[in-house]
Amino acid sequence: MGDHSHGSPNEPGAVAKAGQGSVDTFQDPGLPPHRPRLADVDPRAAKRAERQVTLLFVLSVLGTLLLFVAYFVVGHAESIGDIRLQNTLLGIGTAFAMLGIGVGVVHWAKTLMPDHEITEQRHEIRPEADREVAEKMLGDIIEETGIKRRPLIRNSLIAAVALAPIPAIFMFRDLDRTGASAGQIVDRLRHTMWDKGVKLVRDPSGTPIKASDVQLGSAFHVIPEGLNEMEDPLNEKAKAVVLLMRLDPKQLHVSPERETWNYDGIVAYSKICTHVGCPVALYEQQTHHLLCPCHQSTFDLTQECKVIFGPAGHALPQLPITVDSEGYLVAQSDFHEPVGPSYWERG
Amino acid sequence: MSSTTEYRPKTSTGRIANFVDTRVGGSAMVKEFGRKIFPDHWSFMFGEVALYTFVILLISGTFLTFFFDPSMAHTVYEGSYNPLKGVHMSVAMASTMDISFDVRGGLFMRQVHHWSALLFVAAVSVHMLRVFFTGAFRRPRELNWVVGGTLLVLAMAAGFTGYSLPDDLLSGNGLRIIDGVIKALPVVGTYISAFLFGGEFPGTAIIGRLYMLHIMLVPAMILLMIAIHLFMVVVHKHTQYRGPGRTNDNVVGFPVGPVYAAKAGGFFFIVFGIVAAISGFFTINPIWNYGPYDPSPVSAGTQPDWYIGWVDGALRLMPGVLGNFSFEWVIPFPWGDNNLILNVLLPMVPAAILIGAMFGWPWIERWVTKDDREHHLLDRPRNAPFRTGVGVAGVIWYCVMWCAASSDLIATHFHVSLNDVTYWLRVLFFLGPIVGFIVARRIALALQRKDREIVLHGREAGIIQMSPEGGFSEQHVALDEYKRYKLVAFESHEVIPAEPDRAGHVTKSEKARGAISKFFFEDRVAPVTPAELEAAHGHHAPELEGSSQSASIDH
Amino acid sequence: MKALSQRRRHPLAAVALLLMGLLITGGLYAAASSVNEAKAATTYSASDVNEGNKLFVANCATCHGMNAEGSPSGPSLVGVGAAAVDFQVGTGRMPMQMNGPQAQQKPRQFTDEETMQLAAYVASLGAGPAVPGEEVLDTSKGNSAAGGEVFRVNCAMCHNAAAAGGALTRGKFAPALAGVSEKHIYEAMVTGPQNMPVFNDSNITPDEKRDVITFLKEIEAQGSPGGAQLGSLGPVSEGLLIWTAGLGIVIAFTIWLTSRPS
Repeated sequence: MGDHSHGSPNEPGAVAKAGQGSVDTFQDPGLPPHRPRLADVDPRAAKRAERQVTLLFVLSVLGTLLLFVAYFVVGHAESIGDIRLQNTLLGIGTAFAMLGIGVGVVHWAKTLMPDHEITEQRHEIRPEADREVAEKMLGDIIEETGIKRRPLIRNSLIAAVALAPIPAIFMFRDLDRTGASAGQIVDRLRHTMWDKGVKLVRDPSGTPIKASDVQLGSAFHVIPEGLNEMEDPLNEKAKAVVLLMRLDPKQLHVSPERETWNYDGIVAYSKICTHVGCPVALYEQQTHHLLCPCHQSTFDLTQECKVIFGPAGHALPQLPITVDSEGYLVAQSDFHEPVGPSYWERG
Repeated sequence: MSSTTEYRPKTSTGRIANFVDTRVGGSAMVKEFGRKIFPDHWSFMFGEVALYTFVILLISGTFLTFFFDPSMAHTVYEGSYNPLKGVHMSVAMASTMDISFDVRGGLFMRQVHHWSALLFVAAVSVHMLRVFFTGAFRRPRELNWVVGGTLLVLAMAAGFTGYSLPDDLLSGNGLRIIDGVIKALPVVGTYISAFLFGGEFPGTAIIGRLYMLHIMLVPAMILLMIAIHLFMVVVHKHTQYRGPGRTNDNVVGFPVGPVYAAKAGGFFFIVFGIVAAISGFFTINPIWNYGPYDPSPVSAGTQPDWYIGWVDGALRLMPGVLGNFSFEWVIPFPWGDNNLILNVLLPMVPAAILIGAMFGWPWIERWVTKDDREHHLLDRPRNAPFRTGVGVAGVIWYCVMWCAASSDLIATHFHVSLNDVTYWLRVLFFLGPIVGFIVARRIALALQRKDREIVLHGREAGIIQMSPEGGFSEQHVALDEYKRYKLVAFESHEVIPAEPDRAGHVTKSEKARGAISKFFFEDRVAPVTPAELEAAHGHHAPELEGSSQSASIDH
Repeated sequence: MKALSQRRRHPLAAVALLLMGLLITGGLYAAASSVNEAKAATTYSASDVNEGNKLFVANCATCHGMNAEGSPSGPSLVGVGAAAVDFQVGTGRMPMQMNGPQAQQKPRQFTDEETMQLAAYVASLGAGPAVPGEEVLDTSKGNSAAGGEVFRVNCAMCHNAAAAGGALTRGKFAPALAGVSEKHIYEAMVTGPQNMPVFNDSNITPDEKRDVITFLKEIEAQGSPGGAQLGSLGPVSEGLLIWTAGLGIVIAFTIWLTSRPS
C-alpha cells in the first residue's frame, strides 16, 4: 500500500519543527454543522421523549412508596432475614426514587432541551492594567503603615507574633490523660503485669493452667491472673497477652541464659508482634512457626522465636515460666525486654 | 442620586427575583453564571462523582450522628443480634450494633455511608488521574492541582477516622498498627503515641477524638477545599479537548442553564441511586462478624479499606531481617542506645515519594519542558508519551503496594504460597514501574503513529478491490476535515538541550534538565502537516470521499 | 440371717472387699473424668477392629507403617484416637492426595462403616480422643455468644472471624468452615489435624467446644443482614466491587449522559 513510516524520528523532513509557522499546520475548520435530533424534527419523537421522561418520574414516585413500605410494613425486624429484606427493599426503593429523577432529568436535557454547542470567549484571568493598579495599591498600603521606616515596631511585632501561637502547642500536653512525665511515658513500655508468681490463665475465661493440661501440639492463649478483674483491662492486656505451647525439649534450641525459662518443653512467648503490634496468633503445630496475620511476620519457635520471614525486626520476647507447688504454670518474672513494636528509646 | 423610575416586574418569577435582588444583588451573578458555558465530556464527570458522593456522605453521616455514641466506656451488649448477646464491648461498638440491628433503616444508612466513602476516594483518584493524563494541571491550574491533592489526602483521612469509629476488631487492629508505626518514629514516636491515645494503647480516648476529627475538623477542611477548588474552576473556566472550533481562547459547550445544570443535577440523583442499589444488595463492614476490639484476637484477612491498602502493602513487602542482618538498627549515643526502626520507616518512603511527586508534578513538568504558557486545551494521553509513561509507572508502583496488602487472600484464592506472593511483589516493586514506563511510552508513540497513518491514508473501508494485475488491496476512506483536525491539532514537545543562563554559565541542574529532556522527547511523533497530506495523496489511487455520517461518538 | 459383721472372717470377705474397693474407686474415677471427657459415641467390637486392620494394611500402611508405627512418609498413629481417624477419613483428607504439610480435602474414599472400622483399629492401638457423642454436639444446648468469644480468641486468626478461611505460610491454609458437620468440627478441635494446634479438653472444655459449634452453625444459617457477603473477606472484596462494578456502572452512565441522542 505505501510507506507507512511517515513521521518516524529517523525520516528527515517529516517531523514538524516548533515555530515552523502556522502555514504548515491544519487550519481549524470551526464547529461542525449542527445535526438536529429526532425530537427536534419529528414532533411525535418529541412527544415520545416527553412520555419517557414522565414515566421515569413516575417510577421515582413508586420508588419512594416502596421506601415507605420497607420502613413501616416490614417494620421492626424480628430476624436477620427480616433485616436483610428491609435493607434490600430500602435499597431498591431509594435506587428507583433517585434514578427515576436523575435519568428522567438527563433524558429530558438530552432529547428536548436545546443542544446547540455554544462558543464563549475566555477572558484574561486578570488583565495587566488591574494588576498594576493592585500592585500600586498594595505598595501604598504598606507605605502608609510606616513599617519600613520603623524597624523597632517591625522587630517587636515579629517577636510577638512568633511567640503567640506557641501556647497552642504546649496546651495539648495533657492529651496524655495519665499525667505521666516524659520519662514515665517511655518507661511504662518496659513493664507488663507479669511478675514472679503470677499465674498463667486462659484467655478469656481466666482459669489457671496446669502443666499437665498442655499437650504436645497445643496452643493456649494466655493472660495474667488478675487481668479480668481489672476495671480497665485492655491497656494491660495489650502488653501482657502470651502464647503457650509445648514442644519436645529436644527440638528447642535453648540459649545458655534461658535454660530455666521453659518447663519441660512448655514455652511462653509474647503474643504482641514485634513489627507493629498485631497479635501473632497463628501457631503451625508441625512446622513450629508462629505467623502474624497482619503483615506475615513469621517466627520460629525452635529458635526462640527468631524472625524467619516478614517485616518484623526482632524476635518475640520470651516469658520465663515454671510451675508452682500445685502444678499450675506461673511466671518467674516480667519479660526481660520490652514487648511489642520497637521504639526509639528501646535500646 | 438614585434613579426615580423603579423597575416593575411583570411575572411572578420577576417579582421574586426583584425581592431577592434588591436585598442581595443577585442579578449580577445570574448575568455572569446563568448561561456560562461548560464543555461536555464523560471524562470530566469524575470530579462531579466525587462531589456528589461527598454530599451523600454528609447526608447519611448526619443521620448516623443521631444514633452513634463515640464513648469507649464498657457495656454489655443486650440488643437483637444473638451471637453477641451478653458480650462485653465499648459503648461505641454497642451503639453501632444498635444502628445495624435495632434502628429501622440504620443498617441501610451505615452501608450507604460506607459504600459512598469507598466511591468518594475512588472518584477523587480517577479524577486526579484524568487531570494528570490530560495535562489539565498546567498553568493556570497548578494551585488547583495542589488543592485537589490536598482533597485526596483529606478524603483518606476522613475514611480512616470513619471506619475506626465502631471500635470493632478489624479497625481496632488497624489502630494498633498505626500506633506501632507512630512508635517507630525517631525521638518523638513514643510521645506522639501517648498524646494520640491519651496514655497507653488502646486507652479510652481515641474513639472520641477520632469522632471529632471525622465529623467536624476533616469535613470542614474538605468543604473549604471544595469551595476553593470550585471557585478556581469557575475563574479559570473548564478545560476542553482539542477539536474543531475549540481554541485555547474559547470554551465550547452547553450553557449552565438549563442543559448543563439539568445534566449535572440529574447526575447527582443517578450517583445516589447507584450507591443506594449497591447498599441494598451488598454487605459492607459487617462489624457483627468481627466482634469488639480486644488486643488478643485477630481475624485472618486483616486489611484496611482499599485506599489505605497501599501503605499496608508497603509494610508487608519490607523484609525485617535478611539472614542475620536486622533492619532495626541500634545506634549508640552518649546517653544510651536508641533504635532506628528502618523496617517500619522505610516503607513510608515510597508513600512520601509518590505524594511528593504528585503535588510537585506541575513544576517538574514545567522545569523539564520549559513550557510556561497557559494551557486550556487538553492533551490526549497518547500525545504526551513522557507524561503518560511516568503516570503509568506511578500507577503500577501504587498498585504493586496495593496488591501486597491482600497477599494472604491472593494466596488462598489462587492456591499459591503466601511467601511466594511476597517475593514476586518485592521484585515487581522495583521492576514494575520501569517496565510500565517503557511499555506505556511505546504504546503511546505507536498510537500516535497510527493516528498519523489514519490522517494520511484514511480508515480502512472494508471494500477489497482487485487491480488489473491481480493484486488485492483495501479501499480507504479519507477523514473529513473535522475528524482530521482532532487528530492533528496537538503539539509535540521537542528536546530542549541545556541552555546557558544570563551569565553564559550552564548550571548542573540545567545539564540534568537537558538530559531528562533528551530522554523524554528524543523519540517523538509530530502531527501531520498539510504538506505531508498532499504528498501522501500523490502516492495513492483516489480514495473514497469521507462521509460525515460515520460513527460519531465525540471521542 | 447372719449380720454382715458376722461374715467378717469368711474366706471370700477379702475378695468382696477388693471388689468393693475397685468398684468404688473405679466408679468415682469414671464419674470424675466423665465431667471432663465427652462420652464415646461408639464401642467397637473385635470384628470392627479386625476389618479396620485389613483396611488399614491395604490403604494406609504404605505411609503409616504396617502397625501404624509411622515411617518417613507418615507419622505414627498410636494414640491419635478414633476421633482423628473419623475426621481425616470422614472428610476425605486421608488417604492423602499428595505427601505434604496440607492435606487437601477431596471426595471420601470410604463408607461410614469402613471409616468406623478404621477408627476402631486405630483406637485399639492406644488411648486417644474418641468420636464425640450426641450430647456434646447438641447445638440447642450451646451458647453462641460464649462460643463466639472462644472462637475469636482461638480460631479466628487462622479461619477468619466469619469462618471464611485464611492463609498460613508456604501454601498451607485454614479452610472455610461452612458446611462442615458438628462432629467433624469437634474432632478437628480435639485432635489438631496437620498444622492446626491441638485443643484438648483441658484447653477448650467440651462445653466450650459445643458453644463454638453452636456459634458456627448459627452464623452459617443466619446469613448477612446487609445483603450478599462477598465471601466475608472484608475490605479487599469491598474495594474490588467498588472499583469494578461500582465505577463501571458510574462510567457507563457518564458515557450515556454525554453522548448524542439520536
